Amino acid sequence: MSTATKTFEHVGTRPIRHDGLDKVTGRANYGADYALPGMLHGYVVRSPHAHARIVSIDTSAAEAMAGVKAVVTGSDIPKTNAKLVMGEAALDLGAMGDNALAHDKALYEGHAVAAVAATSPEIASAAAEAIRVVYEPLQPVMNVDQALAPDALILHDGMVTKGRPKPDAPTRTNVALRMELTRGDLDKGFAGADVVIERTFTTPMVHQGYIEPHACVARWGEDGQVVVWTSTQGHFVVRDCCAGILGIDAARIKVIPSEIGGGFGGKIPVYLEPVAIALARKAHRPVKLVMSREDVFRASGPTSGTKIRVKLGAKKDGSFVAASASLYYEAGAYAGSPAGAGAMCAIAAYDIPNFLVEAYDIVVNRPKVAAYRAPGAPAAAFAVESVVDEVARRLGKDPIELRLQNAVREGDQAAYGPEFGPIGLREVLEAARCHPHWKAPLVPQPGRKVGRGVACGFWFNAGLNSSATVSLSADGSANVVTGNPDIGGTRVAQALMVSEELGIPVERVRPIVADTDSIGYNDVTGGSRVCYATGMAVIEAARDAQAQLRARAAKIWDVPVEQVGWERGRAIALNGASGREPLTVSELAAKLMHTGGPIIGSATVNAPMAGPAFGAHICDLEVDEDTGVSRVVRYTVVQDVGKAVHPSYVEGQMQGGASQGIGWALNEEYVYDAEGHLQNPGFLDYRMPVASDLPMIDTVIIEVANPLHPYGVRGVGEVPIVPPLAAVANAMHDATRVRFTALPLSPPRVLAALKQRG
Amino acid sequence: MPQTQAYEAPRTLADAVRLLSTDGHARPLAGGTDLLVQSRATQKLPSTFVDLKRIPELVGIEVGPDGLRLGAATSAAVICEHAEARRLWPGLVEAIGLLGSTQIQGRASVGGNLCNGSPAADTTCSLIVNRARGVIAGAKGERTVEVERFTTGPGRTVLEPGDLLVALVVPRPAARTADAYLRLIPRSEMDIAAAGAAASVTLDERGVCTAARVAIGAVAPTALLVPAAADALIGSRLDDAALRRAADAASAAARPIDDKRGTAVYRKTVVGVLTRRAAGIAAERARARP
Repeated sequence: MSTATKTFEHVGTRPIRHDGLDKVTGRANYGADYALPGMLHGYVVRSPHAHARIVSIDTSAAEAMAGVKAVVTGSDIPKTNAKLVMGEAALDLGAMGDNALAHDKALYEGHAVAAVAATSPEIASAAAEAIRVVYEPLQPVMNVDQALAPDALILHDGMVTKGRPKPDAPTRTNVALRMELTRGDLDKGFAGADVVIERTFTTPMVHQGYIEPHACVARWGEDGQVVVWTSTQGHFVVRDCCAGILGIDAARIKVIPSEIGGGFGGKIPVYLEPVAIALARKAHRPVKLVMSREDVFRASGPTSGTKIRVKLGAKKDGSFVAASASLYYEAGAYAGSPAGAGAMCAIAAYDIPNFLVEAYDIVVNRPKVAAYRAPGAPAAAFAVESVVDEVARRLGKDPIELRLQNAVREGDQAAYGPEFGPIGLREVLEAARCHPHWKAPLVPQPGRKVGRGVACGFWFNAGLNSSATVSLSADGSANVVTGNPDIGGTRVAQALMVSEELGIPVERVRPIVADTDSIGYNDVTGGSRVCYATGMAVIEAARDAQAQLRARAAKIWDVPVEQVGWERGRAIALNGASGREPLTVSELAAKLMHTGGPIIGSATVNAPMAGPAFGAHICDLEVDEDTGVSRVVRYTVVQDVGKAVHPSYVEGQMQGGASQGIGWALNEEYVYDAEGHLQNPGFLDYRMPVASDLPMIDTVIIEVANPLHPYGVRGVGEVPIVPPLAAVANAMHDATRVRFTALPLSPPRVLAALKQRG
Repeated sequence: MPQTQAYEAPRTLADAVRLLSTDGHARPLAGGTDLLVQSRATQKLPSTFVDLKRIPELVGIEVGPDGLRLGAATSAAVICEHAEARRLWPGLVEAIGLLGSTQIQGRASVGGNLCNGSPAADTTCSLIVNRARGVIAGAKGERTVEVERFTTGPGRTVLEPGDLLVALVVPRPAARTADAYLRLIPRSEMDIAAAGAAASVTLDERGVCTAARVAIGAVAPTALLVPAAADALIGSRLDDAALRRAADAASAAARPIDDKRGTAVYRKTVVGVLTRRAAGIAAERARARP
């Protein structure tokens, strides 16, 4: 359907979200809010060592304590080679199980090695202290350089480098994967360049910082049926992961999702759920497990620390002729960093004839990384967009103009492979260039320096699999049911889609996130896919219901269904049936039981493709050159979202992504001591921005319709975290004339660099 | 976390001292904004919480001819709303206003901030430059201690078992005297100082500094009074050169460590910047006074 001329009645409006009142009045139920009669409280014993062989675990004293009902260790989690396919990626269930409870080695400080279930939290924690674990500590491998050193300790015996290892790659290795993307002739390309900039960048390991810690309750029935209540981004994936890890049939597990207090990718893997199930099975009682904030920082999945080398060559006229990049990403304790995605995104915004981009996935003694909003892309964009900024300065070109000159357009082959369909990068850059922010003079406060930076970002977005049903009630209201936990306002967006298709007011459409037994399969809430792919399923389900309503009208009018049309929520008579008064949804619904019974529209979607999207951010940064303290004073996000179904939540995603990216740029980092102990596992010393740290973030929504979606939706959640790292660093350069290649731009680092600059 | 055995809310100072001196595992509870967090972090609760907020001597603010008497358990929010205290000791009240968040301000107390013994405590430097003394009640009676001698190391104070900080007393400032406090945090709030500096200056009628005190925080095991920084100010007109000499003296006195909140090199540098700026603000304020 062409969206160029499509007008909407409901889509694009800003109604109050259906889940809003319960959330702001404290009634919404999150993961830790569930309790069952007879429920036990679990406690997880965690390794104090970053790297150690587990020699023995003696649980006898804990098991003998009054009130202790079960103790589990790695021996209760079968070792498995099973994988769970998720789009083009696959979750390694063996590693996920070993991460949930270590079998042979503790691979990071905080790695779970045993768990207790007891009648009170106090007894559980006392019993945990009574478990005797004998460790043989090993030298921790804490970063890329240590992991790649010729004499590095190997985390996993038998690891071989998958993908395209270099011919001279060592046989014993901490490199899980090497991949490369290449085009043209690199040497020839650089030989023709008038300007070549080469820099090496580093970014620290950072956490998503979702407010709600991981929490779940598991019940094991005497018939072997399992129920899990949990806070997750994908309860079908929780079900399938637990089934694969524990070796039980997925049909025997029902997972009920709670409301979710943030995920950003970090609530896709399972940590507590298999352990809670194993404890519940042993104890014959329901078991609750809740992570503390420290546990979340130490033992859930942050995103990779990185080291990235970028080289970019351009002609005097500004055209990019060659680029090379090497991306080294910390995977944490098990293979699976987003290095590959980082490589695919690195130069995706630009049309460059000659390039080589290589990526390395490297295991280290840190928590296994999880997805974090556009996984892999922000660090890559930090490196590339910093170098693009430097090229612009070297050539004396406006940085937006230089990007426009090299921007990919429809029909170009993306650096990562496919040919771009309609994309909005040029529209985004034009809008940024025309924005009042870009033209506003920079006025520093007394004693401060101020600078402006700009950067682009790209993300693929995902499609994957979704199911939806729309059921009509006799009063003309409707339910729309999907299986995607709502982390970004997707429920109200789905209700708006039903309103658009059926003409039912949005407040009379109830959007529901159903458990794994109550709706068809849905992939995770991730990849910015829910409004796009699950939205497509919702639209198709609504259209299915609409077709059934037209058939009912045909029956009432006693005409062939071909003579019934649909317009603005009403069945209308066409051609031969003319003269009949239109029938509204409510009128048709009132007659449901006399015209054929209940109506349920349903649809499943298998969307291998999605609409890729771009954003551009403008950042004004003020720096106190005596202390190195900086502050973002103005910030604008421009992004192509395809179609904004509920503009408030689209803007909220753009602002939220920018906020997280600004935190990553300025102060967030995992701080470890030499032994691999995390020093800042709390929000006091893991410094995310607080509200007063940020200005109001301006947003500009660009809508270049995605032809794969009936309304043109692309997805919005991930792109906005990609540009901020570079936008902030480029602003810092503009203010101080120092090119920062290491994040975060914390006051000590900034002041040290300013002193060196002189 | 083990369950606490008891919660007591005595109404007299004598009862509180008795409760604390007869049970070594009892802990005084003012706002609880440090105590409860620490209990949770260490998973250890005291045997008894002795709530101090119902004892008249512990709560309230009096400003008289002799100066300020601040009940040790008085909440920060109450102090910040006291117009006369704010006028006479603007730096001290600003420091008190930095404790925690708006919500925490309703509970957190200056006495608690001092007794917690953190070298980064926001109020300590300001108390020191204002010559504050702590009034301590104990089994052996009452005594007073200068605030610069109150903390003896990170988490350690002069309080003996059974001792209780009752109040802080601050002499009324002389004519043309004013104070200021600045701290360095990477964020705008909800953070712990990587460095802090307070200054109090007294000017004569010609604008020459006749008395000064400078104290620095988070750069040594305790907050430090820095006489050398004060000496750099006294006798000057608090011009840029004098302020820079005070800054250098403060940096020289600092003995910081590297930790997650900042490097030693960084702290040593910025504590001087803060000293220079705080002394500058105090000077401006003093010049504006009759």
